[in-house]
Amino acid sequence: MESTLVVKQATDFKRGIQSGISIAIGYMPVALTFGLIAKTTGLALGETVMMSMLVFAGAAQYISLSLLAQGIGIFEVILTTFIVNIRHFLMSASLNEKAEEDSVGARMGYSFGITDETFSVAATREGTVNARYMFGLNLTAYSSWVVFSGLGFLIGAGLPQTLQESMSVALYAMFVGLLVPSMKSNVKVVFLAALAAAFNSIFTMAELMSTGWAIVLATLLSAILVEAVETFKKGRGTETDE
Amino acid sequence: MSKEIVIMIIGMAIVTYIPRMLPFVMFRGKELPPFLQGVLKNVPYATLGALIFPAILFIQEDIWYGLIGAAAAFIVAFMGANVIVVVVGSISVLTLYSYFF
Repeated sequence: MESTLVVKQATDFKRGIQSGISIAIGYMPVALTFGLIAKTTGLALGETVMMSMLVFAGAAQYISLSLLAQGIGIFEVILTTFIVNIRHFLMSASLNEKAEEDSVGARMGYSFGITDETFSVAATREGTVNARYMFGLNLTAYSSWVVFSGLGFLIGAGLPQTLQESMSVALYAMFVGLLVPSMKSNVKVVFLAALAAAFNSIFTMAELMSTGWAIVLATLLSAILVEAVETFKKGRGTETDE
Repeated sequence: MSKEIVIMIIGMAIVTYIPRMLPFVMFRGKELPPFLQGVLKNVPYATLGALIFPAILFIQEDIWYGLIGAAAAFIVAFMGANVIVVVVGSISVLTLYSYFF
C-alpha cells in the first residue's frame, strides 16, 4: 500500500512537470524579451532576476518597466501591479474548487505559482489537482521564467528575429490548445469563451478600463450570465417535468 | 541594486501574492452556494476566451499575424493534438508566414 502511494505521489509531481512543458516553451520568448527590456530600462541583472523570482507575473512585470521608463513612482507601479494581477483572485477561487484537501501550508505554497498559464493548464485538466501536481507544474513554468529572464538580460535578442516574432504566439496557441478540446465536448464552453472574448474586446477597444480590470470583468460577466441562463433553463425544465 | 527598486519589487511581490493566495485560505473546506460554485467552474473557459481575445490580434503590428497563428492553433487543436504540438504547430506556421510575406 505504502509503496503504491509513494509511486502515485511521484507520478503526480512528474505529471505536473510534464504539463508545464508547453508553458515553459511559451514563457521562453516572453521572459527573454522581459530581460532585454529590463536591461534597456536600466535595471541591474540582480534586480531583473529578483523581479522574476518574486513577482512571477509577466504582464505586470512588463508594465512596471514601461512605468519606470516613464519615470512613474514606485507606489503607482505597485498599485498598477495590484490591479493588473487582481484577476488571479478569481483564478485561485476557481481552482480552489477542484483542489484536493492538502494542508494550508501546501496550498499557500503553490498558490504563489498561479499565473494565467499555470491556472489554465491546471483548471482544464480532468479530475482534481493536488499539491504535488501543482508544485511540479509551477516548477517547470517558474524555472523557465526565471532562467530566461536572466538570459534575456545577458544575451539580449540572441534568437533570430523571425523565430522571436513567431514565438510570440506561443502562449496564445497554448490557450487555444487548452480551450478547444473542451469546446468540442461541451457547447457551454463555446458560449463562455466567446462571450468573455466579446466583452473583453469591447472593454479594451473602447478603452473603458485597464487590461487587468477588463479581463476580470469580462470573465465574471460571461461566467455569471452563462450560469444564470443554465440555472433558469434547469428551473424551467424541472417545472415542466413536475 | 538600487534600494528603491528592491522596495518596489518586494511591494509588487506582496500585492501579486495576496490575491493568488487568499482564496485557498478563505474558501478552504467551505461549501459555497451552488450558483457561485457553478460560476467558479465557468471561470477557466471564460478566462481563456478573454486572455485570447483581443490580445492575440496585437502580438505583431500585422493583425493577420495573430489571426493566422490563432487559426493554425485552432485547426491543430481541433484535430485532437496535444497542447505542445499545437504550440509548435502554430509557431511553425507563423515562421513560414513571415518567411514568405
